[in-house]
Amino acid sequence: MTLPLSFVFFVLLGLSVYFYYHAKSGIVRKAALLSDRTKALPSHYGQQSFLWAFIPSFLILLVLTIGGPNYIDQIFYNKIQELNPTFNESFVSLILAKVINVSNGKISTGEENIIMLAKDYKIAFEQLHFYRGLVVILCAALLGMIISYRQKPGSNAREQVEKFIVNIFFASAVIAIFTTVAIILSLFFEALRFFNLYNFFDFIFGLHWAPNVAIRTDQVAAEGSFGMIPVLLGTLLISFIAMCVAIPIGLFSAIYLAEFATPKIRDFVKPTLEILAGIPTVVYGYFAALTAAPFFREIGFSLGLDVSSESAIAAGAVMGIMIIPFISSLSDDVIRAVPQSLRDGSMGLGATKAETIYIVILPAAIPGLVGAVLLAVSRAIGETMIVVMAAGLSANLTVNPLESVTTVTVQIVSLLTGDTEFDDIKTLSAFGLGLALFFFTLLLNIFALSISRRLAERYD
Amino acid sequence: MLATLLISIGLNGYSALQQAYFKLDISVNTEKFVDDSGAPDNNKMNLFNWDGLVQSALREFFPEVKDRDEKKELFAIISANAGYDLKEIIKKKALGSGSHTLSVWLHLSDDADQYLKGRLSIDIPEEDRRINNKQIAWVNSLVERDIAKLKFNKTFFTSADSREPESAGILGSVIGSALTLFVTIMFALPLAVMAAIYLEYFAKPGKITDFIEVNVNNLAAVPSIVFGLLGLSVFLSTFGLPRSAPLVGGLVLGLMTLPTIIIASRASIRSIPPSIREAALGLGASKMQAALHHVLPLATPGILTGTIIGMAQALGETAPLLMIGMVAFIIDIPTTFTSSATAMPVQIYMWSDSAERAFYERSSLAILFLVAFLISMNLLAVVLRRKFEKKW
Repeated sequence: MTLPLSFVFFVLLGLSVYFYYHAKSGIVRKAALLSDRTKALPSHYGQQSFLWAFIPSFLILLVLTIGGPNYIDQIFYNKIQELNPTFNESFVSLILAKVINVSNGKISTGEENIIMLAKDYKIAFEQLHFYRGLVVILCAALLGMIISYRQKPGSNAREQVEKFIVNIFFASAVIAIFTTVAIILSLFFEALRFFNLYNFFDFIFGLHWAPNVAIRTDQVAAEGSFGMIPVLLGTLLISFIAMCVAIPIGLFSAIYLAEFATPKIRDFVKPTLEILAGIPTVVYGYFAALTAAPFFREIGFSLGLDVSSESAIAAGAVMGIMIIPFISSLSDDVIRAVPQSLRDGSMGLGATKAETIYIVILPAAIPGLVGAVLLAVSRAIGETMIVVMAAGLSANLTVNPLESVTTVTVQIVSLLTGDTEFDDIKTLSAFGLGLALFFFTLLLNIFALSISRRLAERYD
Repeated sequence: MLATLLISIGLNGYSALQQAYFKLDISVNTEKFVDDSGAPDNNKMNLFNWDGLVQSALREFFPEVKDRDEKKELFAIISANAGYDLKEIIKKKALGSGSHTLSVWLHLSDDADQYLKGRLSIDIPEEDRRINNKQIAWVNSLVERDIAKLKFNKTFFTSADSREPESAGILGSVIGSALTLFVTIMFALPLAVMAAIYLEYFAKPGKITDFIEVNVNNLAAVPSIVFGLLGLSVFLSTFGLPRSAPLVGGLVLGLMTLPTIIIASRASIRSIPPSIREAALGLGASKMQAALHHVLPLATPGILTGTIIGMAQALGETAPLLMIGMVAFIIDIPTTFTSSATAMPVQIYMWSDSAERAFYERSSLAILFLVAFLISMNLLAVVLRRKFEKKW
């Protein structure tokens, strides 16, 4: 007998709803017997029963669904190893994968042993599903009955329910912290494994990036070298080009929008900018690779310059276009946050509108504008699709915008989108790059946010 | 700028709405495909030489082609999947027993298709071209005889990816995106709303609350690819969830959009005047009742606006999905949350990376669809905001 996940879930939900109504009517009856009034609304007792029956059982279901298959895999891994202790780790994993695939019916095989194991595997899974369903449903029923029995009209169900809900709310807020911690830990530990294989200082200061290593041990290949300076330089070069495009246009349009535009124009331009900001980066990447790159190449040729078909300037320019709405909407908010009294004061002293803008408003807004630009830089550094599609793969140590350079994100994507082993030095080096990227952008973000906050406090 | 971008992509993509088809009159005897008891037998159907049937029918148009090499060139103007497509058509028709003559429209190859659309320039020397003079002559003669023509490209909307551009479609990736977004919204929206209510009404000012706020603000600015790395090392290698699955993609995108929705929800909750909450509290409602029964319904439009923007962001996101293996070549249309799938932006990325010219126009058309969808989502958000924007 099998109990699929969805079935178990809906039975659980049904049971919990049943206990809701059961407790709701039960408490009224109990109160009537004692000729008393319930301390909270009847529905609060219902909610209490629902939560009691649902939450613990649901957590058990979640744990069994995620952990169960891993546990079974581990058992079979040990079983295979016992059958033949001479097998090494990767071979055992290979056999296990075969067993799993045979039991799913994805592949077929003639090997007796594997067929036997696959049968056992399938039975183990069926047992897991059966017991999972049984445990969850029994647990919900039992807890539901206990809580309904214990509820007294004198107990304050509302307080208990609300306390519980606040805790759930708190837990959801804490997920933000968990995510950050998980990012740092996962990047850190994978990067640590990388630095066990490769010298940390060679990674940070190395001038040569060539992640070609032998895939099999018997293969002859050049020793891979993982110096991140050329990759970092490429990233900074492309971000710099992007900023050269985005900062002037973004700032000017923000000043125009905040100071000169009539409400009618604003109402049209603001949503348009938002839509432009909502265009997926893969579209910009397509534009960069198929329209902008040939365009820059043609211009270069007509000027007698040799422009690479994956030139940094094409990727950078399109990235700049992508970032314009980001900068302009952030800067617009910053400029509008400058109090009207400053403008009025300046105009009252006889300054023209232009003088007011660059003698009074811009200096007042500078911290916020710097914050906006820093956020944009962090965005440019972390941007992936444009550079994956339009920038190159080979790491050249150059600042010539006409040549092809590579970036951190391009390298992460190219290192991780193959069928490589998870503990391969190439795969691990991507996590090293990821850690560097994360810290770089984190620093920029914290700095930018603290600057903007200071501005907000100054004029509050 | 928006206009330039869209026009240049649109000019590339509009022609993918059409596809070159050719008409074949083919006679099949369904008795070949039944087993001894007379029931249809799929195995026999699969083993039948469909390619041969299509090829011999094509050769009837050009009796002068005899030479082996010439035959090969002739067959290159029709799709390599033509035989398979014919089988599927006949399977779908479920013909009764006996022999039937029917005329079917099958795909020409992508090179012939591009030539008919005028996208392959015939000025360059023959050796450098993907289609030679002889093949051009054949295609032209098919067109003159009204056997081949450009028709609406239905395949593009009804099939998943394929190695042959003429039989590749976006349906697989659209469904993959839909499944992924469903997981994202189910995961992110409740968590974000609960977190926002907590931070606005229940959090006691202190270090923990400050730390949560700093984290939320920072997560909103973490590069999306880092979330992909997180998904790779936590969901795939630690929890052992399947690769390429919409479930994992949805969770990763959910974590990514969580801060966006939290920030929008908080702003929306904050914009509800305190007097409403105070009135509820004054009439004896508990803090929880005031928040859930009075403030939350009023804040819903704002929360929805934020959610739509977050979802639009998630729909267009590619990089984290590359990290968790949703970049695979998948011919089947995904059906469950754990089956291998790809998403629309990833499909665009893969197509624009492939060598065939015909994939370019397909990725352009896919972009137009994606962008049209995103713009309408964003417009909806803008309209919602305008409509429910209240001055209290």
